[in-house]
Amino acid sequence: MRTGTLKQILLITDGCSNQGEDPASIARIIAEQGITVNVIGILEETQTEESQGLNEVEEIASNGQGVSQIVYKQALSQTVQAVTKQAMNETLQGVVNKELQQILGNTRSMDELPPEQRGEVMEVVDELGETCDLEVLVLVDTSASMTNKLPTVQEALIDLSISMNARIGRSRFSIYQFPGRRKPIHQLVDWTSKLESISSIFAKISTGGVTPTGPALKEAMHQFGKKSLKRRLFHNEYTDVEEA
Amino acid sequence: MNTQMLKKPDISFYKGQIITGKWHKKTYHVVRKLGSGAIGTVYLCVCNNVQVALKVSKQSHSITSEVNVLKVLKKVQGHRLGPSLIDVDDYVHRNGYVYSFYVMEYISGEPLSQFVNRHGEEWLYSLLVGFLKDLQALHNEGYIFGDLKMENLIVSRKPARLRWVDVGGTTLVGRSIKEYTEFYDRAYWQAGTRKADPGYDLFALAMVVLRIYYPQGFERGNNPKKTLMQKTSMAIKHTGIRQLINKMLNGEMIEADIVKNELIYYTMKQNRSRTQQVNTKQHTRHDSVVYPMMEVLSILSISGLCYLYVAIFM
Repeated sequence: MRTGTLKQILLITDGCSNQGEDPASIARIIAEQGITVNVIGILEETQTEESQGLNEVEEIASNGQGVSQIVYKQALSQTVQAVTKQAMNETLQGVVNKELQQILGNTRSMDELPPEQRGEVMEVVDELGETCDLEVLVLVDTSASMTNKLPTVQEALIDLSISMNARIGRSRFSIYQFPGRRKPIHQLVDWTSKLESISSIFAKISTGGVTPTGPALKEAMHQFGKKSLKRRLFHNEYTDVEEA
Repeated sequence: MNTQMLKKPDISFYKGQIITGKWHKKTYHVVRKLGSGAIGTVYLCVCNNVQVALKVSKQSHSITSEVNVLKVLKKVQGHRLGPSLIDVDDYVHRNGYVYSFYVMEYISGEPLSQFVNRHGEEWLYSLLVGFLKDLQALHNEGYIFGDLKMENLIVSRKPARLRWVDVGGTTLVGRSIKEYTEFYDRAYWQAGTRKADPGYDLFALAMVVLRIYYPQGFERGNNPKKTLMQKTSMAIKHTGIRQLINKMLNGEMIEADIVKNELIYYTMKQNRSRTQQVNTKQHTRHDSVVYPMMEVLSILSISGLCYLYVAIFM
């Protein structure tokens, strides 16, 4: 069973979008391209989980076929890691479920199997999760209110790369901030497997501006497209991966 | 599918609720909640007059993963690693959603930190000797415990034995650690990778020992390795054991058996020097007995005087 490379966008934000297209509908389009959109909403110490402003988080993720989580910044490292892994797992279960449906007939999915057989299928999912290649584009909200959270975000991302690089499969990351100066997003780190050296980049980020989450997501999707296009040109290798 | 999973509500059982499995039709009476973690909630239940622990979660795949681990542990049950698996089934909630659960042996006991506080430090090391033997058996099976931490360890009685209660982090050697907790995580302290190898568990075990001395934990600081060295030297007086803990933290220890043997060697040596300590202790005990007696006498004599005063002059 081949899964190819899993592609994810990880959006880290602390508030609602206030400019451009509806991010949830953009997320739906991105999901159609085979890219999962996960969202992490960071709370202020004074906020509660039910507070307004982060309602959008769950909506974007559900439309983006991804996972969402709302956390206080102390818990960010563990959450970034858990969300990424859970989303991988769900995508892979989706792949396995499709295979199962072909074998067992229309309506069967993993959860409908008796527990004894489910265990064996789960081993396949675990195996795939360990060996598949993964690409994560991290999209960090750098509007003014995020300033004091960026050191934590940086730590969480370094930690994510430590976790993902412990896998057998290859992992690659790129980091973008939004809003960019004149564009919706601005590249901070190009595709790389190691994020240990990102501390210098986060130190000199300029924060401020509005929160154009929709346009930022749209641009982020194209970064997968560009990259694979470039790879095609270099390696002259035609894959069946859907293009953005 | 993902959308549905997100919307699936958390599940909680109430005291007295009767849970019947969809597949095997076994019935469980909920007694009380034992605890909840990242993945699910564990309840104490009764089935056929036997106390059991039932873990339920909305994440069916996590339950299935843990069941797979418990099945592996079952194969080496000659050695009794972790709780034994009793049943795996689904619970169909009234809301229409299906929640997976599994049932395991209920291990009663007290938390490690509480046990050590009550019985003394020497118990910590003798419990660890037994635990390291179990750990070696697990490693021999090709598995790493992963999420080794204070909360996952319980001291069961008669005989006192350190046992693990949550196997959610157990990972095949060579893979990435499934679940971990920052304070006990080798990579968090910049002392190695998050890949599953025996050294990962031994690092976490050393952190469990440190946690006994620092119940609140401590910060990583600018130089994590230095922090660990400092905290170890401040907490552990015995030179040999301190060096052993440092070796576990540095990644110099890659086999549970070797740690076990060194620990036996040092604790035996420590016991010989302990006899002298006990003698000095007895002296202090005499003192502490004399003082309360004097206090009682003085109180009695004062109240006697008062009584006389009242009897004569009133």
